[in-house]
Amino acid sequence: MSAVTTTESIVLKGRVTTGHGRRPKHRRRWFRPVYLLIAAWLVGVLGPYLWMFVTSITPPSELAQSASRIVPANPSIEAYVDLLTGTAFLQYAANSLMVAAGTVVLTTACALLAGTALSRYKFRGRTAILYGILLIQLFPAILLIVPLYIELKSLGLLDNKFGLILVYTAFSLSFSTWLMKGFIDQIPHEIEEASLVDGCSRFQSFIYVILPLARPGIAAAGTYAFIYSWNEFLFALTFTASDQSRTIPVGLRQFIGENIIRWEYLTAGGVLAAIPILIGFMFAQKALISGLASGAVKG
Amino acid sequence: MLAPALAVILGLIIYPAINALYLSLTSTNLLNLNAQTFIGFENFLKIFQDDEFYISLRNSAIWTFGNVAFQVVLGTIGALVLNRKIRARGAIRGLVLVPWATPSVLVALMWMWILDPNLGILNHILQTLGLQTESMAWLADRSTALPTLMFIDIWQGVPFFAVMILAALQGVPNELLEAATIDGANGWKTFWRVVLPLIMPTLLITTILRLIWTANYFDLILILTNGGPANATITIPLLGYHTAYRGMEFGTAAALGVVQAVLLAILVVFYVRQIRKSELA
Repeated sequence: MSAVTTTESIVLKGRVTTGHGRRPKHRRRWFRPVYLLIAAWLVGVLGPYLWMFVTSITPPSELAQSASRIVPANPSIEAYVDLLTGTAFLQYAANSLMVAAGTVVLTTACALLAGTALSRYKFRGRTAILYGILLIQLFPAILLIVPLYIELKSLGLLDNKFGLILVYTAFSLSFSTWLMKGFIDQIPHEIEEASLVDGCSRFQSFIYVILPLARPGIAAAGTYAFIYSWNEFLFALTFTASDQSRTIPVGLRQFIGENIIRWEYLTAGGVLAAIPILIGFMFAQKALISGLASGAVKG
Repeated sequence: MLAPALAVILGLIIYPAINALYLSLTSTNLLNLNAQTFIGFENFLKIFQDDEFYISLRNSAIWTFGNVAFQVVLGTIGALVLNRKIRARGAIRGLVLVPWATPSVLVALMWMWILDPNLGILNHILQTLGLQTESMAWLADRSTALPTLMFIDIWQGVPFFAVMILAALQGVPNELLEAATIDGANGWKTFWRVVLPLIMPTLLITTILRLIWTANYFDLILILTNGGPANATITIPLLGYHTAYRGMEFGTAAALGVVQAVLLAILVVFYVRQIRKSELA
C-alpha cells in the first residue's frame, strides 16, 4: 500500500516540477534532463572546493602554470607539512577547537535548560521570551560589535578565548534554544507523567526521562554551535590580537600578506579547516534542517 | 532553568545593544575610553552630511535586494529539483548544501584564488573559450567588484533557500496535486496555482530573515575588497566597521549601527504591511 502511495506521489511531483509528466511508467530511467541540471549544479558547488584541494597539492614552483595544467606534474604535500610545522596554524586549530568545545558545552547546557522550561512550563511572559529570543538574532552585528568590544575590554576578556566563548554562546543560543524546544515538544508528556507517578522527583524525571530522549536535539544544537563558532570571523577578527587566541578563520587571513598571498598555505589550511565542518554537517544535516525549517515557519 | 540562557543573552546582546544607543550620543575614542563626552545627535548629523554614507546606502540596497532576489529564484528552482525522485537524492541534497556550512573566510579565499587576475582559473577558462581577450581583475575593477561579490554571496546563499523551500514542499499534500492534475492543470499551472500559494508563508518568512541577514553580512566584502576599489563595494555595516577600527571613532560607529538597525526595522515594518495588504486584497 505504502509503495503505491509513494509511487503516485513521485509521479505527481514529477509532473508538478517539469510540466511533462506523461510517463507514469518507466520513471526509473537512467537519463532524464533534470540530471543535466543537477550535474551542472554539483560542478558549480563542488568545483571550487576541488580546485582548492588541487592547488593545495601543487608545488609552489608549478603554481604559475596551474590554471593551464590543472593537474600538477609533481603533486606534493609540502604545503601541508610547511603549514603544520612552519606556521602558527596548529595553534590556531587548537584555539578554534577549544573555543568551539567551550561554546558547544555552554550553548547546549543553556539551551537544554531553557528549551525544557519553554516547552514544559507555562509561565507569564513565556511567549514574549520565545519571540524575544528569536528577535535578538536579527540585531546587526555592527550595532553590537563596538559596545561588546568595550565590555570585553573592561572585563579583561579581550584577546581571550573565554571571551570568544561567551560571545559565541550568546549568539548561537537563540537558534539552539528554539531547536531544543522543538525537540522537547515532541517528547510525549505521558512518559514524564508516568515517571512522576512512579515516584521520580521533577529533577529526576528531567535527568532520567527528558535528557536521554532529548539526545538528538542536544546533538543538533551542539553541531550548530560547533559550526557557528568554527566558522565565525568578524568577532574573532575584532576581539583577538595575538596568536594566543586567534582562531582558524582569522589565522587563514593572516596568510594574505600585503604583497604576497601564500596560496599554498591558504588552500592547504582551507582544506584542513573544511574537514571538521563537513563531517559535522553531514552528521547533523537532517536534524539541523528540520529545526531550521520549523523554527523559521513558526517564527 | 531559563536563568543561564537569559543571563548570557542579557549580558552579551541586550546590554550592548542598549549601550550602543548611549555610545551613539557620545564622542568615544577607542584609544582613550575615559575621555568619553556626551555630544547629543552630533554623530548622526555627521553621518548624514557624509557622502560616503549615501554611497554605502546605495551599495547596501543593491547588495541586499539583489542577492536575496537571485537567491529566492534560484533556491526555489533548486528545491523543486531536489524534491523530485532522483538517483542518490540524499547524497545530492547533502552535497549541494555544503557551501552553506562553509566558513565565510574559506568561501572568500576559494573565490579569491579562482578570480585571481594572474593565476586564477576563471580568467584562464574564459580566455581559452575565447570569451575574453585579456585578464580581468574582477575584484579590483570598479564596475565588476560589487557584482562579483554578489555572485559569491548568491553562490553561498542559494542552498539556504533551497533547504527552507524544500521543507515547505514536503508539506504540500499529494491530494491537492492529484486534484489539480485531474482538473487538467499542467505542471506550470499547478506550480503557480497550487504549490506556490502553499509554500508562500515559508517563502515570505525566509525572505525577510534573509534580507536582514544579508544586509548585516559584510565578512565577504571585508575580506575580498574591504570596500574598495574607491568605495565601489562599501556598505553601511562595513562603513561602521571602518569608522570604529580605522577611524577609532566608537561613538560615530555606534551611531551607524543604530542607523542600520532603524533602517532594518523600517524594512521589516514595510514588508509586513505589504504582506498584510496583499492578504486582505
